[in-house]
Amino acid sequence: MERRVKLSRFSRAGSAVVIGALALTLAACGSDDPVGNATGESTGDGSTADTVSDLSGELNGAGASSQEAAMNAWRAGFQSLNADVTVNYDPVGSGGGRTQFVEGGVSFAGSDAALDEEEFALAQERCMGDFVEVPLYVSPIAVIYNLPEVEGLQMSGETLAGVFNGDITSWDDPAIAADNEGVELPSTRITPVNRSDESGTTENFTEYLAAAGGDAWPHDPSGDWPVQGGQSAQGTSGVVQTVQGGEGTIGYADASQAGSLGTVAIGVGEDFVPYSPEAAAAIVDASPRLEGRGAGSLALELDRDTDAEGTYPIVLVSYSLACLQYADEAEAELVKSFLGYVASEEGQQQSASAAGSAPISAELRGEIETIVEQISAS
Amino acid sequence: MTTTAPPPAAPPAARRRRRRTTSDTGLSRVFRWLSTGAGALILLVLAAVAIFLLIEAWPAISAGGDELSARVSWFPEDANLVTFVGPLVFGTLLAAALALAIATPLAVGIALFISHYAPRRLASALGYVVDLLAAIPSVVYGLWGALTFAPLVYPVWDWLASTLGWFPLFAGPASQPPRVMLTVAVVLAAMILPIITAVCREVFLQTPRLHEEAALALGATRWEMVRTAVLPFARSGIVSASMLGLGRALGETMAVLMILSPGTLYSFAVLQAGQQQTIAANIAAQYPEAPPLGVSTLIATGLALFVITMAVNMAARAIVARRKDFSGAN
Amino acid sequence: MSTTVEHLPGDSTPGQDQDRSASVRAMLKGADARRKRTDRGMTVMVYLAFALAMVPLISVSWTVLSNGIERFNLYFLTNSMRGVFGGIDAGGIYHAIVGTVQITLAAAVISVPIGILAAVYLVEYGRGLLARSVTFFVDVMTGIPSIVAGLFAYALFAVFFGPGIRMGIVGAVALSVLMIPVVVRSTEEMLKLVPNELREASYALGVPKWLTVVKVVLRTSVAGIVTGVMLSIARVIGETAPLLITVGVIDSINNNLFEGRMMTLPVYVYRQYQQGYVPCAADAADCISTINFDRAWAAALTLILIVMALNLLARLISRYFSPKLR
Repeated sequence: MERRVKLSRFSRAGSAVVIGALALTLAACGSDDPVGNATGESTGDGSTADTVSDLSGELNGAGASSQEAAMNAWRAGFQSLNADVTVNYDPVGSGGGRTQFVEGGVSFAGSDAALDEEEFALAQERCMGDFVEVPLYVSPIAVIYNLPEVEGLQMSGETLAGVFNGDITSWDDPAIAADNEGVELPSTRITPVNRSDESGTTENFTEYLAAAGGDAWPHDPSGDWPVQGGQSAQGTSGVVQTVQGGEGTIGYADASQAGSLGTVAIGVGEDFVPYSPEAAAAIVDASPRLEGRGAGSLALELDRDTDAEGTYPIVLVSYSLACLQYADEAEAELVKSFLGYVASEEGQQQSASAAGSAPISAELRGEIETIVEQISAS
Repeated sequence: MTTTAPPPAAPPAARRRRRRTTSDTGLSRVFRWLSTGAGALILLVLAAVAIFLLIEAWPAISAGGDELSARVSWFPEDANLVTFVGPLVFGTLLAAALALAIATPLAVGIALFISHYAPRRLASALGYVVDLLAAIPSVVYGLWGALTFAPLVYPVWDWLASTLGWFPLFAGPASQPPRVMLTVAVVLAAMILPIITAVCREVFLQTPRLHEEAALALGATRWEMVRTAVLPFARSGIVSASMLGLGRALGETMAVLMILSPGTLYSFAVLQAGQQQTIAANIAAQYPEAPPLGVSTLIATGLALFVITMAVNMAARAIVARRKDFSGAN
Repeated sequence: MSTTVEHLPGDSTPGQDQDRSASVRAMLKGADARRKRTDRGMTVMVYLAFALAMVPLISVSWTVLSNGIERFNLYFLTNSMRGVFGGIDAGGIYHAIVGTVQITLAAAVISVPIGILAAVYLVEYGRGLLARSVTFFVDVMTGIPSIVAGLFAYALFAVFFGPGIRMGIVGAVALSVLMIPVVVRSTEEMLKLVPNELREASYALGVPKWLTVVKVVLRTSVAGIVTGVMLSIARVIGETAPLLITVGVIDSINNNLFEGRMMTLPVYVYRQYQQGYVPCAADAADCISTINFDRAWAAALTLILIVMALNLLARLISRYFSPKLR
C-alpha cells in the first residue's frame, strides 16, 4: 500500500514536470530582433518612411571568415533597407565558399583569393558565362606589438621577416635599432604571435614577407603559418588577445582589431608608412589587374614590393563572387541590389565603422558599380 | 527467478493457463527480443562508430602524403598521415598524463578529507558540492582558464623555468602569455578533479567499518588506519577513478582549444608555447574551414583518438577486474 | 593497562601505580613520536590538498557568477543575436537556449528507451557472452571522447546525405552516443536494487515476465531511473565539441531540428570567447569593448544554472520518490 501511494505521488509529480516543460517550450516566445529593427512591422504596407522596397526572399552566401564582421554589418544594413529580405552568410572559409559557389550551393561567395584556373572554368560553367569577382572588402593588416615604453615603432620588410622568422630575438637588436633612430629600445625578448588556423590574413602577410623580406624570409607564402614553435592563437581576436597578454609580443592582425595596441609603421621605399584606410586603398589602386578573366573580374595582382609613396603594402583584399547571369530573376535582383549596396558609399562606410575595413576608392567603386549593374536574369 | 514451480496439486486447466502466461510467447517474447535488441544495439553502435569513422577517413588513409599536402593546405609538406598524427598523439598523451599526475593525488586527498577527516555534517555538504562541480561544462573551465587563470600564472611558470630549467619538462624560457601545456594541464586537472574525487569518495566510504575500527583498536593513528585499511581496500577504485579521469582528459577539447598555442613537435617543454597540440583540439580548430579531404584527415586523427581511448579504457577495466579478484574485501 | 592486571592488588601502592603508568605513558609517547608526526603531517597534507583543490573550483564558480550576473536578465534570455554586430549593447541567447533544449531533448528521446531496454536486458534477461560483452562495452563506451562521438554522427549522416551536412539532429545523435552508456549504467544499478521477492511475488500471481518487468520492476525503480536520466542529461547538455562540428553556429532562431544550423549554449560561449575584444572608436557611444566576453560569461552562468537545476531536480526526485526498500 505504502509503495502504491508513493508511485501515484510520483506519477502526478512526473506529469506536472512534463506539462511544465511543455509549457516552457511552447510559451517562451523569444525575439529574433534584439536590435529593434522591427523588421516585422514594415511588412504590411511599407509605411516605414522612405525604405519602400519590393524586394523579398532569401539570399545565401558563404565564404571567407575575414569578411564576417563586415558582412554582418552589410546584412544588417541591407535588411533594414529591405525588410522582407533575409541575407545569410556562412563563414565556412574562402575555399569552402568558392566550392559552394561553383557548385551552385550559394548565390554569392566571399573569398580572400581570386579563383584559380580549375575553379575559373567551373565558375564560368555555373554562371553560364562570365562571373563577377570584385574586391569589396579591403582591410589593412596591422603589425601590432606590446611594448609599453615604445611608441611609433618602424620596421622595414627585412627586419619584419627576421623578427617573425625568429632570427631577431630581442627588441634592442641592431636591425630594429637601425630602423628606429633615436628610439630607446628595451632588451625584452621578442615573442612573435601568429594565427594558428589557416587564414587569408596569414596568406597575405606571408606574401608580403616573401616579397619584401628578401633572404630573411625563406618560406613560401601560405595560409598556414610556416614557422614551427612559438606563440599562436586562433582568429584575429585570439592573436590580439595574446599580444595584449604578454610583454614584448608582436603579431599581425586585421587593423580593425588592433585596438589600443601599438602598430608598426612599415618601410616602403625610403619612408615608413603607418597603416591607414587611405594608404591601404592606395595600394589597391596602384596594383595591376589580372588579365583575361572576363568582363566581370577585377582580380588584382597586389604589388607588395611597391615603392609608391603613401601606400601601405600589407593588405587583405577579399573578393565578392557572383554570377553575371542567374537563371532565376528574383535571385539576380537580390544579388544585384545586395552587391550594389555593399559597393555603395554607405555600405563601405558601414563596414568601415563596424569592421575597420578601408573603403574602396571612388574610382574603383565606379568600375564595380558598372559591373554589378550588368547582373541580370538570363 | 523463473523457477517458481506451479503447485503440484493445481487442476490441469489452471496449470495449462499458467504455463501459457509465464512461458516465453507473445508479448513476453516481443519484449525479450526488444530488450535484447537494445543490448545488441549498443555493440552495434560501437562497431558503427569504428566503421563510419573508417569510411569517412578512408580517402585520407588511402591518399598519399603528397596528395594530402597538395590538397589540404595545413597538411605539412613531406609528411604522411602517420607522421602527421604522431605529434598529435604525443601531445594528447602528454596533456592527459600531466593532468592525471596533478589531479590524482589531490583527488585522493580531497576524497579522504571528505570521507575520513571532515566533520560529518560538513562532509555531506562537500560531497554534494563536488558532485555539482563535476557537472560544470568543460567550456566554462576553458573560459575560466583562458580569461582568469592564464593571466595570473606567468610569474609561477617563470620561477619554475628559472629554478628547475635543467629538467627537460620545465625547460625555459617560460612563454608569456602562458598559453602553454602546463597551463592546460592544470585546467584539465581542475576539470577532472571532481570526477576522480567523486568516485574515490564513494569507494572510501565503502571501506568496511570493522576494518577501520580494528585498525584503530590496535592503536593505529588516523593516517595508519587510512593507510592500512582504507587505501588497500580502495586501490582498484582509485585506479578506475583515475582511468575515468584519464579518459576525460584524453578527449577534452575546449579547454585545450581555448588556452594552448599549438605546435606539432615531439617536445617535452611544457612551459614553452607552440610545442604540442592534442588531437581533439586540432580537430575542433581545423574542422570548420577544412576542405573535404581535410575533413577526412581529421576524421582519421579522430579514429586514432578513438583507438587510444578504447585501449586505455579496456586496460583499465582489465586492471580493475584483476584487482577485484585478488582483494579479499569483495 | 594490562600491567595492572598482572600485579596482585596488595602489591601496588597508589604511588607506585602512578609511577608505572606514567612511565608506560612516556614509553608509549616516545615510541609514538615518529608515528604521531607522520599522522599529523598527513593530516596537514590532506587538509592542504583539499584547500588547494578548492581554490580553482571556487574560483571558477565565483568568476562565472560575478562576471555573468550583470548581463543575465530577461532581455538576454529572450533575444537572439540576429543583426547584432560590433560592440553594440544588444543580443542574447534565446536562439542558443532553443537549440540546446531541442537537441538535448532529441538526444534523450533517442537514448532513454535504448538505455533502459538495454539495462532491462542486462538485469532481467542477459546471460552468456552477449551480456558479458554488452556490460564490458558499455563501460568502454563511457570513455568515448565527445569529439569522436561528434565525428561519428557527422560521418554517419555524411555517408547518407553527402558531405558538409549540418543540422540539429546530427548533434542529437552525437549526444546520444555519449548519453546511452550513462543511462544504461544508472538504470542497471537501479534495477539491481529491486528485490527479487517482488518479481517472484508477481510471477506467483501469474503475471507474465514482460508485464512483471514493466509493471513491477520498472515502476519500483522509476524514481531512480528518472534521476539517472536527469544526471545524464546534465552531463551532455554542456558538451561543446561534438555540437561545434555537427550543428555549427548561427545567430538567429532555428526551430527545425532537421534543417540548417542551430546555436547551442556551450557553442555560444565558445563562439563569443573566440570573437574577443571589440575595438571601439573613441567617440562611439553605443560600443562596449568587452561585450563578447560579457555575453560569454552570462551564457556560461545560464548553462551552469541549468546544469545545477537538473542536478538538484534529480536529487529531489530520488530523495522524495524512491521507494524505501531498507
